Amino acid sequence: MTVFARSFSKRIAAAAVLALAAAGAGAADKVKVGFVSTLSGPSSALGVDIRDGFQLAVKLNGGKLGGLPAEVLVNDDQFKPDVARGLFERLVKRDKVDFMTGVVFSNIMLAALPEAIDNKVIYISPNAAPSSIAGKDCNPRFFAVSWPNDAYHEAAGAFANQRDLKSVYLLAPNYQAGKDSLAGFKRTFKGQVIGENYTKLGQLDYAAELAEIRAAKPQALYIFLPGGMGINFIKQFVGAGLGKDMMLLLPGFSADQDVIGPVGQAMAGLFNTAHWSPDLPNAANQKFVAEFQKEYKRMPTLYASQGYDAAQLINAAVRDVKGKLDDQEAVRKALRAARFDSVRGPFKFNKNQYPIQNYYVRNVGSDGKGGLVNKSFSEPILKDHGDAYVQACNMPQ
Amino acid sequence: MTGLLLVEQALNGAQFGLMLFLLAAGLTIVFGVMDMINLAHGSLYMVGAFLAAWITMQTGSFWVGLAGSVLLTAAIGMLIEATLLRTLYARDHLSQVLATFALILILNDGIKMLFGTDLPLSAPAALEGPVELPGGLRYPLWRLLIIGVGLAVAVGLYLLVQKTRVGALVRAGAANREMSMAMGVNVARLFTLVFGLGAALCAVAGALLGPLLAVQVGMGENILILAFVVIVIGGIGSIRGALIGSLLVGAVDTLGRTLLQSALREALPPQWASAAGPALASVAVYVLMAAVLVWRPQGLFPVRGG
Repeated sequence: MTVFARSFSKRIAAAAVLALAAAGAGAADKVKVGFVSTLSGPSSALGVDIRDGFQLAVKLNGGKLGGLPAEVLVNDDQFKPDVARGLFERLVKRDKVDFMTGVVFSNIMLAALPEAIDNKVIYISPNAAPSSIAGKDCNPRFFAVSWPNDAYHEAAGAFANQRDLKSVYLLAPNYQAGKDSLAGFKRTFKGQVIGENYTKLGQLDYAAELAEIRAAKPQALYIFLPGGMGINFIKQFVGAGLGKDMMLLLPGFSADQDVIGPVGQAMAGLFNTAHWSPDLPNAANQKFVAEFQKEYKRMPTLYASQGYDAAQLINAAVRDVKGKLDDQEAVRKALRAARFDSVRGPFKFNKNQYPIQNYYVRNVGSDGKGGLVNKSFSEPILKDHGDAYVQACNMPQ
Repeated sequence: MTGLLLVEQALNGAQFGLMLFLLAAGLTIVFGVMDMINLAHGSLYMVGAFLAAWITMQTGSFWVGLAGSVLLTAAIGMLIEATLLRTLYARDHLSQVLATFALILILNDGIKMLFGTDLPLSAPAALEGPVELPGGLRYPLWRLLIIGVGLAVAVGLYLLVQKTRVGALVRAGAANREMSMAMGVNVARLFTLVFGLGAALCAVAGALLGPLLAVQVGMGENILILAFVVIVIGGIGSIRGALIGSLLVGAVDTLGRTLLQSALREALPPQWASAAGPALASVAVYVLMAAVLVWRPQGLFPVRGG
């Protein structure tokens, strides 16, 4: 017994010496990632997909990020900014995480973000990328691995030009993101906007608006109606038979698997714009889509692809600094280099650490098994596209 | 705005109002007869929609889904009444609000565990799409059906409440609960029955609106607020009040989103109109409620005698 105990403690001592030696070299023994997202309530589908995408990447990496064992601390913000802020504070100060990530909604992220960046922790955004921190208020510790808020709408405007559409009607909820999105569309669209309608946030029934749109006779209708609003609107648009009179154009998140599910067959044939599509032919994406379906028995959404890429980005940066997470400048430099194969294809960071990437037009079509899935046009509608705010950003290199 | 568009918007207002009526009718009886604030009324609407979607998916027939959902939701409503809500009648409104709010959370997560966050539900193919009305107006057939069902339910409820024995008991209960108890009415059974009826109406609303609105967890909360506005305007406990209140809310909401906007565009500079219009439209319903309450604090058709 005592012999065993002695040899055991010797072994511990030896391990401690080795660990100290490793620490002396500056390499951490594991990577801690704080993950905060909306995982309960009606809006939870998006956060669940981001989490599943992130965890899939870690799993496929053998539970490691950049060669170090990864510890992902998953927390639910309950769709509440104050809860998110509290969780950020706990993860940063008590758990001493190396990276923060996860939040879906920009209002929640903007409330919680200072807890990370003011305490010198880098935040990797897997979704929210508001214009407010793309320009003058850009931050060296904020990286968006998703897409700038306006980008899908700019891509939709460009697609309307390509289709030679002369008259478009725009519809969005009456709040800041709604107005920003329509401004994004108008930034690229060259035809005439013959009508613009701002509805109540959370509106259920759109019969009155549909009647006005029918009377206005536009060639196409572009809507920014996130979540349940979009689902309701698309169902009613199809039910009113407007699909025969005009083209309905959507941002990618209004036409993804989480919308296709409740709307059903009425989605078939609709056009939408996004930075990613499940059928993009690059090898990283094919692996991701196949593994995601194997692991979770469902098609991945945009959000899942963004969660997956967020983990891949951290993986690449930790690998490139050889685990020396204490040197934040080196970590930042490695993140900015973004040396990983993104599932969206070509990807690099702009000066403001928002992405420069391609945007595609997608069309909802049959998956051959009775369901619907997005298929992309092979040529991107916007190539190597950044954002309109980067000029105002004075980012330290 | 052309005449045709005006007719279409009038139909839209009626349809929106009658859909609210299906929910408000149940809510107003429960509130009026039992003096019970049931925040979980919207959750029964969600349960009804999910059951309709699920049964439709299993059987392939929307009508089987509708019937099954109405029966099951009524049964669930009565079960909830008999096990949980019964213990709350004697308590104050705050306890009722807290307990039924907890019920919302439980039902939301229960539905999510059983069915997932959403289910698809479409109208039967024959009733999908628009029909041509006299005058050349194309209007969605499904919305016409909702108008028809809403009117039929209104007539049916009127007959039930005014012409039958159960209706007389309900009216007596709404007017003065203690007195009707003293007169030997079996209040416990009446309450269970009334609650079941309210739940059944929720299921009708949920199933009929499923093809128009998303069948998803949390769908009941948004619509519940409007249903409360309706019963406050109409007078708590009054079926007639619920009907008139629903139609008023439907009309004001639709007008606010259409006529008011075009009127503002005529009258104001464009940048003012585009800012003021949507803001006014979203509060129009509440302005209506405030105006009615100033004029008649008990609502349009007060029931309670004292």
